[in-house]
Amino acid sequence: MLELLQQPWPWYVAGPLIGLTVPALLLVGNKALGISSSLRHVCAACVPAGIPFLTYNWRAEIWNLVFVLGIALGGFIGYRLMGHPDVIGISAATVRDLKAEMHLTDFTGLLPKELFALDNLANWKGWVFLVLGGFLVGFGTRYAGGCTSGHAISGLSNLQWVSLVAVIGFFAGGLLMTWVIYPMMF
Amino acid sequence: MKYFKYLVLGTLFGIILTKSEVISWFRIQEMFRFQAFHMYGVIGSAILVGMISIQLIKRNRLKSIDGEPIVLADKKFNHGIWIGGFIFGLGWALTGACPGPLFAQLGSGIGSAAVLILAALAGTWTYSALREKLPY
Repeated sequence: MLELLQQPWPWYVAGPLIGLTVPALLLVGNKALGISSSLRHVCAACVPAGIPFLTYNWRAEIWNLVFVLGIALGGFIGYRLMGHPDVIGISAATVRDLKAEMHLTDFTGLLPKELFALDNLANWKGWVFLVLGGFLVGFGTRYAGGCTSGHAISGLSNLQWVSLVAVIGFFAGGLLMTWVIYPMMF
Repeated sequence: MKYFKYLVLGTLFGIILTKSEVISWFRIQEMFRFQAFHMYGVIGSAILVGMISIQLIKRNRLKSIDGEPIVLADKKFNHGIWIGGFIFGLGWALTGACPGPLFAQLGSGIGSAAVLILAALAGTWTYSALREKLPY
């Protein structure tokens, strides 16, 4: 059992457990699963700067910040304490394509160090992947009113067609980056 | 203490995200390249289980443990939904992480996650400041 928990979990275990988080939050406190809102609450708490969208009672949303703190704690437990493979077992086709198209050679860890090492902030790669990438995530999720958790999981679970529009937008952006912009960058 | 339950649920959520490797940039690339079923299986089965759960809650008019009726707000359409969604999608493919996984990556000890979260906060702040000028 312990060994089984330490292995990477298959989709049919992880997916349903993620899905159960939706009713768990509703039953435990009438809260809708959504993570990108936490970024807004942090902005509202730290740098409201008189902006109307950041002037509200963020203290009523502390549960969301605590949930996010838990996610970080879960990342520590899941990765550091429960063990992890050196190389993520992605498909051979993806490895081949990433080698050929993006010139990646190091496949250890959760993300390619060749793109995400902090030293990269000295060149364009670091700024595109670390700064621009993060910026677009923060800007886009709030503009769309949710991310993968709020729209794709919570929203679609509640049959919200608006969330389907959002998810189509997520994929359109992701596919454009992967298939059109990446080949131009590398 | 009233927040402890959210810490527990968040921790479990973070463990699941981490153990299923959805916090990995490599997995997100594999998804956008349609080269494995893993991510689609995770997201699809999560939605299916969430959908069944919400139907059960609605049909049985379940209440939260505090005795409140459970309310689910409907999401309203505006053009920000797809424009913002598209912008987030670009960032999702670059960073290989949506907001939840960013926090799990931070906990796993990856330094870049701290930079990404700061950049995401800057993005959210900039959106907030420009909000009135953006198309909806």
